[in-house]
Parts: sequence; structure tokens; C-alpha cells
Amino acid sequence: MFHADRWLAPLLATLACVTALVLLLILGFLWNEAWPVLTEGGWRRFIDAEGWYPLEGSFGLLPMLWATLAASFGALLLATPIGLASAIFVRFYAPQSIAGLYRNLLSLLAGIPSVVYGLWGLTVLVPIIAHWRPPGASLLAAILILALMILPTIALTSISALSAVPTALLQGAASLGLTRKGMILGVALPTAHEGIVGGIMLAMARALGETMAVLMVAGNVVQTPSSLFDSVRVLTANIALEMAYATGQHRAGLFASGMLLTLLVVLLAWWAAHAAGETRHG
Amino acid sequence: MVNRLTDQLFTAAVWSAAILVLVMFCWLLGDLLLQGGHHLSWSFLLSAPENAGRSGGIAPILVSTLLILAVALAAAIPLGLATAAWLAEYTRDGGRGARAVRMSLDVLAGVPSIVFGLFGNAFFSIFLGLGFSILSGGLTLACMILPIFIRTSEMGLAAVPDEWRRGAAALGMTRAAALWHLLLPAASPAIATGLMLGIGRATAETAALIFTSGYVDRMPESLSDSGRSLAVHIYELSMNVTGGDEAAYASALILIGLIITINAIAQALSERWLTRRIITA
Repeated sequence: MFHADRWLAPLLATLACVTALVLLLILGFLWNEAWPVLTEGGWRRFIDAEGWYPLEGSFGLLPMLWATLAASFGALLLATPIGLASAIFVRFYAPQSIAGLYRNLLSLLAGIPSVVYGLWGLTVLVPIIAHWRPPGASLLAAILILALMILPTIALTSISALSAVPTALLQGAASLGLTRKGMILGVALPTAHEGIVGGIMLAMARALGETMAVLMVAGNVVQTPSSLFDSVRVLTANIALEMAYATGQHRAGLFASGMLLTLLVVLLAWWAAHAAGETRHG
Repeated sequence: MVNRLTDQLFTAAVWSAAILVLVMFCWLLGDLLLQGGHHLSWSFLLSAPENAGRSGGIAPILVSTLLILAVALAAAIPLGLATAAWLAEYTRDGGRGARAVRMSLDVLAGVPSIVFGLFGNAFFSIFLGLGFSILSGGLTLACMILPIFIRTSEMGLAAVPDEWRRGAAALGMTRAAALWHLLLPAASPAIATGLMLGIGRATAETAALIFTSGYVDRMPESLSDSGRSLAVHIYELSMNVTGGDEAAYASALILIGLIITINAIAQALSERWLTRRIITA
């Protein structure tokens, strides 16, 4: 008799291996394409070089790395308190009907494509900033747009973390005579903090890896930012801008910066998953 | 007294943050509707772009977008479902193979989209010789949506109670039949959710497509033609075409509408699949 079970398990296992192979392929191809620039001068040339002049063999990534970190941390500083407050609003302050609506609004915001955020930032936000302090396309614009983009992520993950806090704990706090603020700051947030931190890390990973929205509003001048109103170019945007015409060493340099970016983001994402996993099991 | 005052201040802070988010949301959506709304018409949907997209429509771009999405799903669904089924049904907790696959998916989920673009360009376009094509773009997106699709599907399968599996075994069903007729349908809401998340991410994607499926805004004749997706079109219009803002806003409205529609369809389909399968199985 034809027995499906005999071949199903090996078949599924093979397909699962193919899935796992995707990551190896990605890392392998990044490494392979970046190889020409890595063999010649080693990794230090990305730090020691004065700036990013790929056609003259100068591959200094630091100005763009600083810009990337400045934009991401700025966005995080802005989005974390507001996102967390929104989550507290949904969980503890909003009336039932409004809480549901507000949550849907956050999900909708989370689903808006980054290129649409970029479009809005470019046509609405940048002119406003330019009116105040030209040129407008700046680190500040990048921070504001990124903050808007990662805010729903922080709010939604915080809502789930706060919802997982046992009701008995909150009732206990209330029965001890704590005010609502005392209950939230003293009981709910500490209990949910690992889930919240996991969400913030995810948001950070998203901010670091974001390309289009930042590319469209940041002005894309390669320089170490010295003020909020400087035009900056982040690592992701650099790849998107130069891949179209890069060849040889230049192309290899772009793949190397892609590797650096992957390393940063993967470390963060892994840390986030770790933090979230700990909440679940602990 | 001081205590009550700080409590009120805290309440005020929470409400103002919530209102701020609402205001930003209305500002963004209001601009989209105002600037894109009056550019929108049936002919915008049904005609080809003219004058670099400033006028005319987006018909070929819509077709390319849907084709890229179809390729991505055709590759990701079988691979993803098989991996999810293997992880949930055929591996023990803590098995070495399963741990390796899970870890690779965790890492894959964190890879930035522009890096998928780099990889897609190096592997699909150049190494496999697919060039700038809908096929390259779709396959790149498939790699991108695999982790989230597998994760949600696996959680759906794991949530099916073990009695169902024992019941199926007691009735003499093969494990394959139990998987196909019982477990997958029972997990279908989760699978559909994973699919929706993946589709949402794929439809919104720009960075991974610029160097894989390309910029060409003609009507694609086959899967090996280059095709411009809607998100890439918005990027092109706003960055490289002066005076293209209105068309960009209109395209953005269509893109958001498309994402919402696909989500609704996936939800409806999964509900129908669930009832039909369980009743006839």
C-alpha cells in the first residue's frame, strides 16, 4: 500500500533545510561579494579612512555609521516615552470603546509602508524644517520620521506586555491603596518591563535597518553630523543610492557595509528575542 | 495633596501623548487623502503612466506589483508551510536540527531589507542569471517574508490540542492525512495571519526591489521582464520626478488600500477554508 507517512517526514525535513539554507546563502553571498575589499587592506580601512570616496579607494564608514546611530537613537528617545504612554493610555486610561479604536489606529499606522512615510516627510515635514532652518532635509527630519514609524511598534508590543500582567497583581496594588499612577509605575511597568524592552529593541532594529524613509528626508550628504540640522547619509541609504552604478571595489565596499549593518541589526534583534523569551519563561 | 497633584499630572501626560499620536495620524492621513484624493480616478487605475508618471495612470505598475507578490507567495507558501509543519509536528523540543532552523529564522527576521536587496541582486539577478525581473524581485521578497510566515504558522499548529492528533491516530488516519485534513485547517487562522503579515511587508517593500525587479514602468509581458512595484513608483515620483507629488500621493493611497484589501481577503478566505475542511473531513 502507498504510505504517505514514509516520505512526508523526510520531505518536510528537506524543505526545512532549504529554508535554513536561505540565511547561509545570504551570508555567503555578502561575504563573497565583499571579499575583494576585505582582502585588500582588511577591515581597518573602514575605520581609518578619512571619508567615503569609494572611487579613490577610501572607504571610511564612520561618518555614516554615526549618522545611522544618531538617527536611530534620536528616534528611539522620542518614540519610547510617547509609545509607552500610548500603551498605558490604552491599557489603563481609555474607555473600553476608545481603547479598541486606538489600538486599530496603531495597527494601521504600523502597516503604512515606509516609502509613504518618506513621501509625507519629504513633502510636509522637510519644507516646515527648511522654513525654520534650511536646508530642511536633515538629521532632525530623519529622527522625526523614524520616530513616527517605530512608535506603533513600541506601543503595540507594550500593550501586549501590559496586558499580560496578571489582574490579581493590579487588584492587590489597588487594594493596598495605591493611586493609579502608583499602580502603573510601581507594579504594572516593572512586571511588564522585559516585554517592553524587547519591543523597544525590535523598534531600534527597525530604525537601524530602515532605508527608504530616511533616504527621502535626510539629505544624503556624507558627513559626521554636528547639529540636528545637518544633512546626513545613513548606511542603508548609501547602499540604495550607490548600488545602481557601483562596480568592482566600490560594489564590494557596499556589500561590506551591508554586512556591518546586518551584524548590528541581527545582534539587536537577537537580544530582543532573548529578552522577550525570558519574560515568557520566567 | 502632593500625591494627588502628581497623579493628575501623570494622567495629563498620558492623555496628551495619546492625543499627540492621534493628531499626527490625522495629519498624515489627511494629507494623503487631500493631496492624493483628487488625482484618483478609474482612468488613473486603468491607464499607463505618461510623462514619467506625472500624468496618466498606474496600470502596468499595479500588474507588476501583483505579479511580484504572486511569485513571492508561490515560493514562500509551500516552503513556509512545510517548514512550519516540520518544526511543529516532526521535531522534539530541543532537537538539534529544529534549533538550528529556528535560529536561522530568527536571524533572517532581523536582516534589513536593503541587505535582502543586495543579496537578491547578487544571487537571483546575477548568479542565477534572472536579471532585473519580476522573478528576481518576487523570490527576494519570498526570502524576506519566510520568517514571519513560518513563526506564526508554527504557533498556530502548536496551539492545536493533542487530543486531535490522538483522535486522528485512533481513527487510523495517516499522519499526512491528519496534517492535511485536520491540523492545517485548524491552524488556518494563524496561517492566514502569518500570510497577511508577510503580504503586508512584501507589498510595502521598496529597498529590496530597486536592484532586483527594477524600475521599468512598461506593462510586463512575462515574469522575466523588469517590473516597477507600486512602492518603487512612489519613491521614483517623489525623489526623481519634479512635479510628481500628486501622482505619488494618489499611488500611496492605492498602496495602502491594496494592503487593507489583501488583509480582508485573506481573513475571509481563512474563515471559509476552516469551516469547509473541518465539516467535510
